[in-house]
Amino acid sequence: MTDTALTDTAFIHAALTAARPQAMGALLRYFRDLDTAEEAYQEACLRALKSWPQKGPPRDPVAWLILVGRNAALDGKRRAARDAPLPPDAAISDLDDIEAPMAERLDGAHYRDDVLRLLFICCHPELPHTQQIALALRVVSGLSVKQIARAFLVSEAAMEQRITRAKARIAKAEVPFEAPGAVERAERFQTVAAMIYLVFNEGYSAAADPARAGLCEDAIRLARLLLRLFPAEPEIMGLLALLLLQHARARARFDAAGEPVLLDAQDRTLWDRERIIEGLALVDKALRHRAPGPYQVQAAIAATHGRAARAEDTDWAQIDALYAALEFMRPSPVVTLNRAVAVSKVKGPEAALAMIAPLEGPLSGYFHFHGAKGAFLLQLERNAEAKVAFDTAISLAGTAAEASQIRRYLDQAAGDSAAKKGGGDVGPGPADAS
Amino acid sequence: MMYAILCYHEEDVVCAWTKEQDDAVMARLAVVQERLTKEGRMGASLRLLPTSAATTLRKSQEPPLVIDGPFAETKEQLLGFYLVDADDLDGALEIARALGEANPGGALEVRPVGLFVPDMRQGAKS
Repeated sequence: MTDTALTDTAFIHAALTAARPQAMGALLRYFRDLDTAEEAYQEACLRALKSWPQKGPPRDPVAWLILVGRNAALDGKRRAARDAPLPPDAAISDLDDIEAPMAERLDGAHYRDDVLRLLFICCHPELPHTQQIALALRVVSGLSVKQIARAFLVSEAAMEQRITRAKARIAKAEVPFEAPGAVERAERFQTVAAMIYLVFNEGYSAAADPARAGLCEDAIRLARLLLRLFPAEPEIMGLLALLLLQHARARARFDAAGEPVLLDAQDRTLWDRERIIEGLALVDKALRHRAPGPYQVQAAIAATHGRAARAEDTDWAQIDALYAALEFMRPSPVVTLNRAVAVSKVKGPEAALAMIAPLEGPLSGYFHFHGAKGAFLLQLERNAEAKVAFDTAISLAGTAAEASQIRRYLDQAAGDSAAKKGGGDVGPGPADAS
Repeated sequence: MMYAILCYHEEDVVCAWTKEQDDAVMARLAVVQERLTKEGRMGASLRLLPTSAATTLRKSQEPPLVIDGPFAETKEQLLGFYLVDADDLDGALEIARALGEANPGGALEVRPVGLFVPDMRQGAKS
């Protein structure tokens, strides 16, 4: 039963990825230094790759990695201190029965705070967002510097430097190692949730590029981890649901040529049903808590789209109401712009234009504003004005794909009598939570 | 005799599989299941969503308490099960071995079924 896709090494790598946050979290608690913890974990992984294929994986891979990593790092220190001989490798190649329950006791109780600390360190307020994301992907998700560099379209050397700088800042900052209180925990999870959402958006905004699209999966993994730490926190359920529901559309969001496909025009059979079902289940669970928050509302919006088998089945009145709730919680011109798209479907393009009129100033430099405005005008057959809005949008387009999306509208504005009805879905992606 | 084969695995590990790894496992399982179905030994099977989607009704008090999460916080989680038909435990274990070979890691619990009520809804999906 051998299969190249199923070599042991691939599955050992999956086990190491899964064990990483907890093992790294515990090693960080022992050594109180990110670099030492990382080296210790790296060494433990190398030994795992050597020993597990022969002996089979240990019963408790996390405990194994923590103990082997800790011992390896301590050996390293001792060796550096007095050149003492090392114990034979086989002696620490698996836990014996006395050590296993000890590791369990040591680390089971600390699991939650260890992992949360690890996540929290990456979102230290002194770090700019770009460094937070890079550090989390390196330290928690275990991506290589090369992978992260490719995802952020910078050179490996530049990314290396970015991560080194982030670590240096953290080393200087005060990182609390005692178990946090309830209030502090709650603050930490908010910070971590925001960082995870940023990671997701990095991938989502460039989903046609496979190197970057992987970031969405990484963000989903991190959100799962966070929900494991706070299983009864509705906003974390909302966050994971939001990411799952958005990412479920990944295969339908771009056509074969890499051009973006608007929500209305997407082939919904390409949507990932399993992700949608999980997202809907989490929204459902979160709503029971009757403690709404921005992630839950955004997830509910994505869920409303997810429930519609065809674009014309979309409950736009519900989406309008949800955006109204989001406007109340997190007032922002971008949220209002998104709401206007729903309003155009429920009350027509005139009402939508009236709604976005006050946004002309704050969003004057925002691609999606002019795209949406043009689409509303086009629906009203005010083609000349639509053309002006589309021209402005093109001048602000960040990518070639964005520009070509608008050019298709321009073609319509230029006199295509069969102008498509129901356009105007030029709404921003999920990046409107900030 | 009907047996339930309960599939336990660390869901963190299963979630860390790449899409290709997951698809490869499911494809291998499909081959085994197809063979067992032809032999009249495979009944219904299902794969559960992660435990983060689970809710537990605790009946230790009145009214029962609704708790987010699975019944038990364990290292390995119940991720799905198969219903199979076998003459005896040896037969059930043979099926479990075949399923296990297609699906790396974790554990399979073989449990005889005491009462089996099939899905009687009109047009129920089998």
